[in-house]
Amino acid sequence: MLLHDTALIYGRYLRQSLRSRFALLFGVLMPLLYLLFFGPLLTGLPLGGQGSSWQLLVPGLLLQLGLFGASFAGFTIILEKSQGVVERMRVTPVSRLALLLGRVLREATVFVFQAVLLVLAALVMGLRAPLAGVLIGFAFVALLTVSLAALSYALAMRMDTPQSFGPAINALTMPSMLLSGLMLPMTLGPTWLDVLSHLMPFRYLVDAVRDAYVGAYATAHMLYGVLVAVGLAVLAVTVGTRVFRTAGA
Amino acid sequence: MAIISTAGLARTFRTKRGPVEAVRGIDLTVREGEILGFLGPNGAGKTTTLRMLTTLLAPTGGAATVAGHDLAADPAGVRRACGYVAQSGGVDPQITVREELVTQGRLYRLTKGRAAERAEELARDLDLTELLDRKCAALSGGQRRRLDIAMALTHGPEVLFLDEPTTGLDPGSRADLWDLVRRLRDEHGTTVFLTTHYLDEADALADRLVVVDRGVVVAEGTPSALKLEYGGSIDASLQDTFLAITGRSASPADAAPLAV
Repeated sequence: MLLHDTALIYGRYLRQSLRSRFALLFGVLMPLLYLLFFGPLLTGLPLGGQGSSWQLLVPGLLLQLGLFGASFAGFTIILEKSQGVVERMRVTPVSRLALLLGRVLREATVFVFQAVLLVLAALVMGLRAPLAGVLIGFAFVALLTVSLAALSYALAMRMDTPQSFGPAINALTMPSMLLSGLMLPMTLGPTWLDVLSHLMPFRYLVDAVRDAYVGAYATAHMLYGVLVAVGLAVLAVTVGTRVFRTAGA
Repeated sequence: MAIISTAGLARTFRTKRGPVEAVRGIDLTVREGEILGFLGPNGAGKTTTLRMLTTLLAPTGGAATVAGHDLAADPAGVRRACGYVAQSGGVDPQITVREELVTQGRLYRLTKGRAAERAEELARDLDLTELLDRKCAALSGGQRRRLDIAMALTHGPEVLFLDEPTTGLDPGSRADLWDLVRRLRDEHGTTVFLTTHYLDEADALADRLVVVDRGVVVAEGTPSALKLEYGGSIDASLQDTFLAITGRSASPADAAPLAV
């Protein structure tokens, strides 16, 4: 029943995404602009680490895409709450977990699709990376978007207006991006900043994807990255499920 | 036979300014096949009660059974037995009528083929056939309401809960909706539990009224019995009767439609 219901909800929301093709492409605009206008600034700089500056920047942009995109996923459910769609579904026997999972998997699909577009653009700009590493990068994007979308939906279920939801998400995403070293590696900065960034879960994800992009798969970074990404996903889906089970929103 | 019975059903919301007792203990019974009008001023606890009876909100006190299923112990059973139309309705304006009806059927675990058939049946029954391939956003207020009700009838529920079903409808659509509610009861034996602010609606449609105020039941009976008891005469207006019961008017004066 969970599978049936999840597939049903997933299909409904995937069709919703496909109906707004413009939004589907527009989502990739911000990281694409970074790629075009920020990426070339890095090519001659000493950034430490192995590989070219593109192998360092593109993993960061992929996670930035997931971070900013999936964190705002909850907006759609605030709208659906006011339309009565959420309650209409909640009075049917549909699995509560499926109401969350179907939506979250839609987000993962959309952002992996956008990640593919971004990597294709990066290849044109000069990125060269092993295929396995690129695929691992997509897996991290999928895990990150599952986690963040689940948390975003959980938060949105508890909030009534987009006016309060937007600022809350902005306040969380900006420091997360800056402190995770998505744009530039934190190892370039002073020690206190590097230490601080280790408190950010995304730091471990970006380190792992950067390793993958230079073909280093059996590293400590990769191990921590996988543990943090999986742990975050489990935690987020657990929190989301609890909210979807009980929410009187 | 009682199809809905509640005992001391209560809901307290915790807010920053302390607890708010939205519903303080509702005792009521609804008989099978009855059209029950659930009346009360704004904030009396009507919607909160409805949301508890439809499993959307967990009660903080008391108990209830709906169609033989205990609200707390068997919410899934309650969901299978009842349909609910919220005040806001519940369709996505960007989706076609057909897609919403089919998805609803699938949410009630019908097979793909059966869900498509059921959508056609419901559309025929509620006069939506011509509109099946339109987006929900393109429907008029009355058509939207019929779609909302069609969605709630997908699984042939024993009990239908309607929260202010005719608010915002023009007089013609209201009359059509009243006919639809009566037809549902007469043809399918569906029990209808509806809230309304319109006393003419309660008078014309409901077999029995339950009046709530400040979270408790303050009066119940047939419209004529209430008029006799509280209004002083069987010819009293329900408006005066309601005022006598609650000390307040059922709705702002300008919200009550004059024509029917």
